[in-house]
Order: sequence, then C-alpha cells, then structure tokens
Amino acid sequence: MTPALRTSGLGKHFGGIRAVTDVSLALERGARHAIIGPNGAGKTTLINLLTGMLPPSEGDVYLNEDRVTPLRPDQRVKRGLARTFQINNLFPDLTVIQSVLLAVCEQRGVAIDPWRPVSSCSAEIEAAREVLRLLHLDRAQDAMVRQLAYGDQRLVEIALALACKPRVLLLDEPAAGVPKGESQALFRAIAGLPGEVTVLFVEHDMDIVFRFAQRISVLVSGAILTEGAPEDIARDPMVKQVYLGNRP
Amino acid sequence: MIAVGDPSRAARFPWEEGVFWLVLAAGFWLWPKHLALAGHVLIAGLFALSYDLILGYAGILSLGHAAYFGLGAYTAGLLAQHGWGEPLSGLLAAGCCAALAGFLTSFLVVRGQDLTRLMVTTAIGLLLFELANRLSSVTGGVDGLLGIEMAPLLGAFRFDIYGRTAYGYCLAVTFVLFLCVRRLVRSPFGWSLRGMRDNPGRMLALGYPVPHRLIAVYSVSAAIAGIAGALLAQTTQFVSIDVFSFNRSAEVMVMLIVGGAGVLYGGLVGAAVFTLAYHYLSSLNPVYWQFWLGAFLIAIVLFGRGGVLGACVRISRMWRERRREPAAQP
Amino acid sequence: MRATWGGCEPVPAASGTSMIASLLGVLFDGLAYGMLLFLISVGLSVTLGLMNFVNLAHGAFGMLGGYLCALAMARWNVPFLAALPAAFAAAALAGLLLERLLYRRFYRRSHLDQVLLTIGLTFMSIAAATFLFGPQQQALRLPESLSGQFNALGVDLNTYRMFLLAVGLVLTAALTLVLERTRFGAAVRAAVDNPRVAEALGIRVGLVFQIAFAAGCGLAGLGGALGVEVLGLDPVFPLKYMVYFLLVVAVGGTSTLKGPLYAALLLGVADVAGKYYIPQVGAFIIYAMMVILLIVRPQGLVSRS
Repeated sequence: MTPALRTSGLGKHFGGIRAVTDVSLALERGARHAIIGPNGAGKTTLINLLTGMLPPSEGDVYLNEDRVTPLRPDQRVKRGLARTFQINNLFPDLTVIQSVLLAVCEQRGVAIDPWRPVSSCSAEIEAAREVLRLLHLDRAQDAMVRQLAYGDQRLVEIALALACKPRVLLLDEPAAGVPKGESQALFRAIAGLPGEVTVLFVEHDMDIVFRFAQRISVLVSGAILTEGAPEDIARDPMVKQVYLGNRP
Repeated sequence: MIAVGDPSRAARFPWEEGVFWLVLAAGFWLWPKHLALAGHVLIAGLFALSYDLILGYAGILSLGHAAYFGLGAYTAGLLAQHGWGEPLSGLLAAGCCAALAGFLTSFLVVRGQDLTRLMVTTAIGLLLFELANRLSSVTGGVDGLLGIEMAPLLGAFRFDIYGRTAYGYCLAVTFVLFLCVRRLVRSPFGWSLRGMRDNPGRMLALGYPVPHRLIAVYSVSAAIAGIAGALLAQTTQFVSIDVFSFNRSAEVMVMLIVGGAGVLYGGLVGAAVFTLAYHYLSSLNPVYWQFWLGAFLIAIVLFGRGGVLGACVRISRMWRERRREPAAQP
Repeated sequence: MRATWGGCEPVPAASGTSMIASLLGVLFDGLAYGMLLFLISVGLSVTLGLMNFVNLAHGAFGMLGGYLCALAMARWNVPFLAALPAAFAAAALAGLLLERLLYRRFYRRSHLDQVLLTIGLTFMSIAAATFLFGPQQQALRLPESLSGQFNALGVDLNTYRMFLLAVGLVLTAALTLVLERTRFGAAVRAAVDNPRVAEALGIRVGLVFQIAFAAGCGLAGLGGALGVEVLGLDPVFPLKYMVYFLLVVAVGGTSTLKGPLYAALLLGVADVAGKYYIPQVGAFIIYAMMVILLIVRPQGLVSRS
C-alpha cells in the first residue's frame, strides 16, 4: 500500500549544527504515529521540514508518493497536509466559526470569490459547523477566540487544521500548555479524528502518546534512535536511558 | 463584523448608509456654490478608499500610494491633452495603467516586512516623482499639463463652469466603486484579507497563497487610486507633478487614520474632515498648517483609537449601554 | 527634491585629466558620502533592531545637529570643530527626552502607530525649522584647515572629504570597539539578539536601549552637522533623506554594524558614480540598486544565521 506520508533521508543543518539527520519515515493511511524525544531533539525542525517552512539540506518528502519537497507550505496544504502549532497560532479577533470558515473557504476554492457575501456561503458555513461539531466546539462557535479557555483554543487549532480536509495531519504537541482538567476534551478530539486521516503527532505527554499511538519513533539529536510499537518502546532500555517520560 | 449565518443582513443596505449617499446626491442643492470643493472631497475619499484596501484590510504599510494616483492622473491628462477627451474611456485607461503599475510593483511589496514595504513604497513614489520631474517636457513639471479639454460626459453633459457635471461625475464614479469595494470586503476574499493582515503565517498553513492574494488586492487598490487621479485630472482639467509627491502619500494615510481604517467609510469621512480643514485653514501660514497637522497626528495616535468612526462607534456603544441601565439606578 | 552635491553639480573631488583620477575622485567622494549616511543611519538600525521601532523621524535628529552647528558658528562664533560635539550632545539630549516622553509608549504598538507618530514628529520638526530658520539652504563656513585640496599620490583630493572619511573611520572603529570589547556592548548585542532572555539574565534592556538610542541620535546629529557641506541642510532634510536611511537599514540589516556600513558605502559610491557618469539617469541608480538587492537578498546584505 502506498504510504500516505514518506520521507527519505531527510536532513537539515544550519552551518555546523545538524538539526535533523537522515530521517526516513513511512506512514500508512490512517496510521497514528508519534514522535517523541528529549527537548532539542529536532522535532519542531522536522515538522517545519515536513510542512515546507524550511527547505531541507538533503532528502525528500513524499505525500502519497508525490514528491513535494520543492513545494511551498500552502501548496502542500492543497495536497492534503495540514498542521497545528505548538503554541496557539490563531486569529484572536475573529470568532471560532469565522476562523474555521477561513480554512473551509480556501479548501473549497471559494476564498478567491470577490463578489458573494460570506454570509450567503451556506454550504461553507455548514461545513465549518460540521468540523466544530466533530470537536464539540459548536456551542462556542460565536465566541471570540481570544476569550476562550486555553484548552478550547487548542481545539480550535485542531479545527483549523481539520477544516483543510487533510489526508495527513501533523499535530505539534497538541497537549502543550493544556491544564490537566481540560485535557479530557482534547483526548476526545484526538480519538474522534477521522479514521482515514493519517495522524503524526509530536508529543511530550506520554498519556497521549501511549493512548493513541500505534507506532512510535524516538528522535534524539536529530536522528531516529529507534522505532516500534508502544510496548516495545516502553521496554527498550536504550530509550529508557535517553528519555522516557512519566509512564508508570 | 457580520454575524455569520444571517443571510438577510448582507443583502440589506442599512438606512444610515442610504442617508449618507442621499445627502451627497443632494449636494447640488445643499452646497451649490461649493461643488468644486465637494468634488475634491469625493476624489480624496476615493483615493483613501483605495488606500484602506491595502492598509486597513490587508495590513500593507505603504507611503507611496500617490504613485498610482499620479499615474492615473497623468494617463487621463495626457490622453485629453493629445485629443482624446472622452471622459469614461480615459478613466478606464487610467485605471488599467495604474493597475498594471500596481501589479508590477506589488512583487516587491508583498514579500517584505513592514520596514521593507515602507522603504519600497516610499522609493517607488519618489522615483515616479523624480521621473515626472525629469520628463517635464511631457508632464509639464511643477507647472503642470496645459490644454486638457474634456468632451461631454456620455455625449450629453458638458463640463460646466459651475462644476455641476464634474460633481455628478465624481459622485457617480465614487458611488459605483464604493459599492464594488463594499462587496469585495464582505466576500470570502475580503475576509481572507483580514486573516492575512492579522496572521499571515497561519494563513499560509491553511493553504492560502498569501503573496498571490496580496498582489491581487494591491493591483485592485492601485487601479482605484488611478481612477481617483484620473477624476482629478478630468474635473479640474489640470495635473502637475505634485500628484506624485510624498506629501500626497502621507496625506492619504492621515485621512484614513482620521476617519478610521478598516471600516470602509473611514476614508470618505477622513477625506471630508481633512479636505475641509485644509481648505478653511490654508489661508493661514502653511508652516502653521504643517506643524498642527503633525501635532494632530500625534494626538490621534496617542488618544484617538480608530479615528472619527471609531469614536462614533464608542459613543454609540456608550449611549446604548446608558439606555439599558436605568434599572441599575437606585 | 534631489540633493545638489555640495551645492553645485557633481564634480569629482579629485582633479586630473586621467580617467583613473576621476574614478578615484568619484570613489573617494562616494565613500565619504556613504560614511556620512552610515553615521546618521546607525542610530536607526539600533532603534529598529533593539526595540523593533520604526523611527521615521530619525532624520530630524540629523537636522537638529546641523542647525545647531550652523547656529553656533554664525551666532556665537563657535569654531567648527567645537560645534561638532555640541551637535552630538544636543541631538542625544533631544533623543533622550523624546524617548522618555513619547517613544517609550510605542514599543509594543503596531508599526503603523509608530509610523504615524514619527511622521507627525517629522512634520512638526520641518515646520519648526522653516519657522525658525527659513526655507533656504544653510551654508557653513568651513575652517581654513579643512577647505581646499591637498595632494596625495599625485591626485588632488578634497580636504573636507578626507576629513569626513577619517572621522567616519575613527567613529566606526570606536563603535566596533564598544560593541565588541565592553560590557555595555555585550549587553546591547544580547538585547538585540533576544530581549526577553537578556532581561531574564539581568540585563536592563530598557536602560541599555535608552543609552543606545541617545547615542544613535547623537551620532545622527553629528552626521547632520558634518554633512551640511556635503548633503546640504534645509527644513525638508528629514524627508529628503528618509529613503536613504531606510535603504541603508533595510539592506544592511539590523543585527550587525558591518551590514549598514557596507550598505551605506555602496549606496554612497553608487549614487555619486551614477550622478557623475550618467547624469541623465544617475539619480535613479539607487532605486535600481534597491530593487536588485531586494530581489537577490530579501533579508539584507549581511545577515547573521
């Protein structure tokens, strides 16, 4: 089966610093794959390489076996790759539904329309509501983003990415900054992600990793140390030595 | 902001807006002796509207928008000077010329940060000014173009010395373009501009080709600025190189801020306030005008968030709250 | 709106019939001119790099220094070389006052607000200068020792340009020394790099900036005074040269000292060479350069990565 997301020998160096070295991943459609590793391991650089924010020093990225390495970030989104940000990167002065509508309109090619009033784009509005319903945010749809609780804002992050109808979803530390009391909604959201979407998430929170990941890659100093099923990773002495979080 | 999901709201043309335009249309009777000045206000308002598109809605800091205003003015002026005095086609030609110039220069403007954009736009404005200065045999230099004669509008309305045709012409063109811009900012494209202004990085991550869209809005804005310039040339039958001056670029920024940026009517309101103030205070020493203009600008930015319209919104909000409060009074 | 070179048409500072002589002269002129631009612009680079503050009124400090120098020499018979530090001091003081009273409130405001504030200040300064000194160009009587020409390596060089270059080099060396060898310099570099971490490390970023800003304004004032003979001085000086200062900073970047220096020197030489060799289009050379540089290196000439 063609992997939904594949990288071959992906690497990035800044002068003498090798941030990412020879990373080769292959994710099947619908996979739930986690990348863990200590701080400074290069996880954010890897995400930026996958999304196109940074050009790689070597290697390639493939979406559904299409080579997307030379493509800009927005072009990769059109090919089905969406991401969330580790620190909320939202539109504070818009409401929740207006934010998601921005994503929906572009995804449906409606965003270049300079004539129709937005309020008459009922199909797009309904699609936006659908995304919000999936994440249980529909009751908050008219709230200003800046007024939401941090946990709900994290959900809006995911909503924005989902509205792009991605085939591959990159979640950059979705639980970052979310207080323990608000994490239930987040778990529910991640559990409810559509089955055919491939999800790659970078995480520190071992709860989420062991709850949702089918496979885990361990990234240390920019290179993949090892890869395997969660139980194997949890038992691996090498991983335990380098990094393992608060898994009891 | 429109509450999404209420289709009836967009279709309505609120009564306040209707009154505004009716009052302007009644200008033939309300200020028959000042039609020329009123025409100037409309032209400045149209120019400020074009500037609102890039600054208020798309967030592009520019100090050289007069470049497109001037290009439009000279296109229309030169056409008329060389025998082609038909107003509407001259207007169209000016718009196209300015749009092309906007398109070509937009590549430099959309990719930079604020400082780069300021520098590039200022330089473009100065470049065109200098060019027009050097080519004074063509442009007339500081003395301006002579011999602009306009043919009757639509074949029937001659440009009379009372300025009636000119005023009606300016009003009609401004109104039509205003309606177009109004639709634009309420469309998905217009909404996306706000997103690109507030968080361009996120927009990229949502699949928006941000530079391309900014190029589009910049070109449209340049076209409208060019049409405003053409109106000036055609109705006053005079153009000189100060249409390209830095002062004109700075003034349009002041007008927009005075009226309120990003709220559509801000440009028109600010243009009215500014033009009228300048007209009645210009008899004073111009040095005083510049000094107090500078002081006023500083005062606005220190205290007057959102300009005149912003203040109106705040006042109306306070008034509405007062009306709801009687129960709270003991 | 074009500056007339030294009050008359572009004439190379070196006389001699050979092409080499005029080339050397143009180079020499351009470097001196560029050095002036650097001295004035370095303060703007600091303001932008350290506080992310777009100060379009920067030229006004240069103008202040220039007018003070002219006033001191004409009214109070202060010799030129003594008037220069006075120009520096006055501009630095003005900068300090303005920073405390106004600029400080705008560090977190949008760039648009900063532009509006500083344009307002620029308008006020132009109006004040017109009112106080009139709209005409100011002229300085240079001291005997600095006027005329002297001969070096068979080429006649303009003494004042030589003086400018010398002063510029000394000041640049001093600035480099301060930035790289003193604790204050280290604090400035740290604050430019990452203000929040610097603050967390105990560096009082606000104070560092105040001093750096005042020094930058002082340098601008000094540059303005030095430049009266070369750049001219009239009330529209801040607007006339604004593009040049912005160009130097945008192209040279804000994280190093070398970047704006190279940018300013390049700009100076290109402008003088353009006006001398192809006077018809000479004034547009800088615009063409700017376009090319922006396309090739959108992040500036010297970037730290």
